[in-house]
Amino acid sequence: MGRKILLKHIDEPGIQGYDTYRRTGGYASVEKAVKTMTPEAIVEEVKKSGLRGRGGAGFPTGMKWSFLAKPEGVSRYLVCNADESEPGTFKDRYLMEKIPHLLIEGMITSSFALGAHTSYIYIRGEYFYIVNILEKAIEEAYANGWLGKNILGSGYDLDLYVHVGAGAYICGEETALLESLEGKRGNPRIKPPFPAIKGLWECPTVVNNVETIAAVVPIVNDGGDAYAAVGIGRSTGTKLISASGHINKPGVYEIEMGITVEDFIYSDEYCGGILNGKKLKAVVAGGSSVPILPADLILKTANGENRLMSYESLSDGGFATGTMLGSGGFIVMDETTSIVQNLHTFARFYHHESCGQCSPCREGTAWMEKILHKVLHGHGTLADVDLLWEIQSKIEGNTICPLGDAAAWPVASAIRHFRLEFEEYVKNPASIKEVKHYYNTQLV
Amino acid sequence: MSEVQKIAFSPEAYELVQRLIRRYPEGKQKAALIPTLHIAQAEFDGWLSAPVMDYVASLLKIQPIEAYEVASFYSMFNLKPVGKCLIEVCRTSSCWLRGANDVVEHIEKKLNIKDGETTPDGKFTLKTVECLGSCGTAPMLQIGKQFHENLTLDKVDSLIEEWSKSTEHSKYLDNSTFRKN
Repeated sequence: MGRKILLKHIDEPGIQGYDTYRRTGGYASVEKAVKTMTPEAIVEEVKKSGLRGRGGAGFPTGMKWSFLAKPEGVSRYLVCNADESEPGTFKDRYLMEKIPHLLIEGMITSSFALGAHTSYIYIRGEYFYIVNILEKAIEEAYANGWLGKNILGSGYDLDLYVHVGAGAYICGEETALLESLEGKRGNPRIKPPFPAIKGLWECPTVVNNVETIAAVVPIVNDGGDAYAAVGIGRSTGTKLISASGHINKPGVYEIEMGITVEDFIYSDEYCGGILNGKKLKAVVAGGSSVPILPADLILKTANGENRLMSYESLSDGGFATGTMLGSGGFIVMDETTSIVQNLHTFARFYHHESCGQCSPCREGTAWMEKILHKVLHGHGTLADVDLLWEIQSKIEGNTICPLGDAAAWPVASAIRHFRLEFEEYVKNPASIKEVKHYYNTQLV
Repeated sequence: MSEVQKIAFSPEAYELVQRLIRRYPEGKQKAALIPTLHIAQAEFDGWLSAPVMDYVASLLKIQPIEAYEVASFYSMFNLKPVGKCLIEVCRTSSCWLRGANDVVEHIEKKLNIKDGETTPDGKFTLKTVECLGSCGTAPMLQIGKQFHENLTLDKVDSLIEEWSKSTEHSKYLDNSTFRKN
């Protein structure tokens, strides 16, 4: 069994409630932080831990925290990004639903470290049923003295609120999230200034993912070094992986970074192998935005080394032969899967979710969806495949926020690794119903 | 001719909005706009008419256009009437891999409507949506705040059956959603 840090007590009956959570050592990090540590010392521990943002970008959390401006007399805010909307990703939902107090505890300890006296959890509107769960947990935390005025007699005050969105993937981008929290459309802001300087209501703000905030709890409890001792290289600690698609055991798994992809897919501890004994065709390893990889390249790098579940190993080979850990949204596709059809669902998604501010993204995502629709309906040409490639290349890097890149990469990687399948679709439209015969890659 | 009714929240909903406004700093009450639009949708049959949005704007002391531009941006806000039961079916990648298209087709056939349409009796609206974060329990659909996961066509049938008999409106929030203090 791999080591568990965040989900150590997940199987404890009643862990969703305060009493059981507290009995298993819950809220110890708040006590330790406000009674024995300075905010600076906590930031140091987080830096030492090597924790990287778990929402997808993988930016070092301690560094992000150290950028926070601290002008006299100006409020600072911590905002938790619970807008989880990256297709293939459902680990924050799992964490908030099963062990909500871990997020509340992480918010309190992190807010203390950042000197925030008001903090918000921005949660996607579709997760309304989790709003109930979080509100109840927050109420319990207030009732037990972990929130409010003068927490544990330390003189530190904190109010924590849940703020609900209303359906917009773009609000997972941190500046769009802040716009949305202010009651506006979720249009990403031009950066700089970054939120650490001018964020919520123009005040210095840190925005962190749910899993990132939760990881602060064990880092404060056991020290940054202990956290950094888990994992591999610069991929320290554990990662929650959302596993879905054609596997026997879909679900959320906490893995120690550095296990092999092969172990993750085939062992009974995790995905339990491919559904119905079929062969593996492809994997999207880190949420819809990251490049899709064919079976052979997800299991081994181009150099023939075992591919590992870590930031570095998954990106080994760059985009030519590698991908990214991203949000940990791990979508597995068996031999019957049409890569073109799957790509169409992604293209439709990004078209739907583009905020429309930047022309390359607004127009490009629409055209990519249209062209794929045309190809899927038997009217595509070889020139369409080239056009798709050209459009994605003109979106990438030409937008205010990373949604443009996120829309471009799945298209680029699908064509890069499965071009024959696109060509077969346009040369022989009858093949659209018979996808399984047209591979240009090794099945495993 | 029916009289023009004055639009107003129930006392409970009005009270809730005042509580939510207090979650934001003085003068930043516009931050409560999205939650208030949700409350408005729950109060007024699951959709936002222009007069309802005007009312929300007046509660938050903002211009009506500020409410319109937000309501039209977010996919959970309906700007046209919807059926009593709004069925939202996810069909992005993982759900598609596990049969979401069959679920959509099945509902279309059973209710004799297409994606985006409402049954003539005003009972059901079918809306396909993008990833709802239920990929590991795909395929799935959402009715109100409830996720219905690991769907089979039989499960879909019994849901429709159940809602056919109900007089309720599907809602994202209820009295227990937000804490009272």
